[in-house]
Amino acid sequence: MLEFNAQTIAFIVFALFSLGGALGVVTTRNLIHATLYLILSLFGAAGFFVLLSAPFLAAVQVLVYIGAIAILIVFAVMLTRSMTRISDLYNRQWLLSAIVAGILFVVLLAGVIVPVWGVNGTQIDRPVSDVVAGTVDLGKALVDQNQYVLPFEVASLLLTAAMIGAIVIARDDQE
Amino acid sequence: MIPLWMYLAVAAGIFCIGTYGVLTRRNAVAILMSVELMLNAVNINLVAFWRYIEPLNMAGQAFAAFVFVVAAAEAAVGLAIIIAVYRNRRSVIVEDVNMLKW
Repeated sequence: MLEFNAQTIAFIVFALFSLGGALGVVTTRNLIHATLYLILSLFGAAGFFVLLSAPFLAAVQVLVYIGAIAILIVFAVMLTRSMTRISDLYNRQWLLSAIVAGILFVVLLAGVIVPVWGVNGTQIDRPVSDVVAGTVDLGKALVDQNQYVLPFEVASLLLTAAMIGAIVIARDDQE
Repeated sequence: MIPLWMYLAVAAGIFCIGTYGVLTRRNAVAILMSVELMLNAVNINLVAFWRYIEPLNMAGQAFAAFVFVVAAAEAAVGLAIIIAVYRNRRSVIVEDVNMLKW
């Protein structure tokens, strides 16, 4: 079903990156290493975006997720340094959680493999067209008053509120 | 081309690993990292559906961009809360943070 070409190899490599990185995040005791695994996983997702011909989102993924969020997490890990090596990695309900996550995975996998997404209940093997809307179209859609200009402005308001909130919450009250 | 379900299966795997991390990890920073994994899985799904089903409609990419914004805001506020709690309690273990419980 899979022809052996560069795209398939790239997909497998990125899938290994993102899944292996995700496993590393939840199993590593040292949080700095866990953050590095998180970066690996996010990088795999950026590769997926390139394969899915969404180059702008791939660039934003690298800039925002890897460049900002991962570095922010590294700062938080270092500021709470005494906590990087706690005795118990998992809480008492880890077995139950593993069962729940496993069942969820099986259900989701059945939901995506049983062919329901395509026309007449067929599996989608290729995109409906090779013509893809590009970054210019995304930019226009985000500021088009008939499309996403209101969510766009609300998102900028959310970012401002989050920035002010983060400053207020993290500020030292003793001064 | 790669079939659509392969992208969805990988995203489902990342999402379930993230769920497991959220439910089991004791360190609050690790929980926040697992939440980022889950949001990222959702983003892969959005972009994959956009590419395979509606590649000329910008809804998929626009929603993925909004998920980026929400993830950034969530990480900033979440880490600020973790640092504030650490300053008061000298701990980021979520079981030690029970001030609201009675």
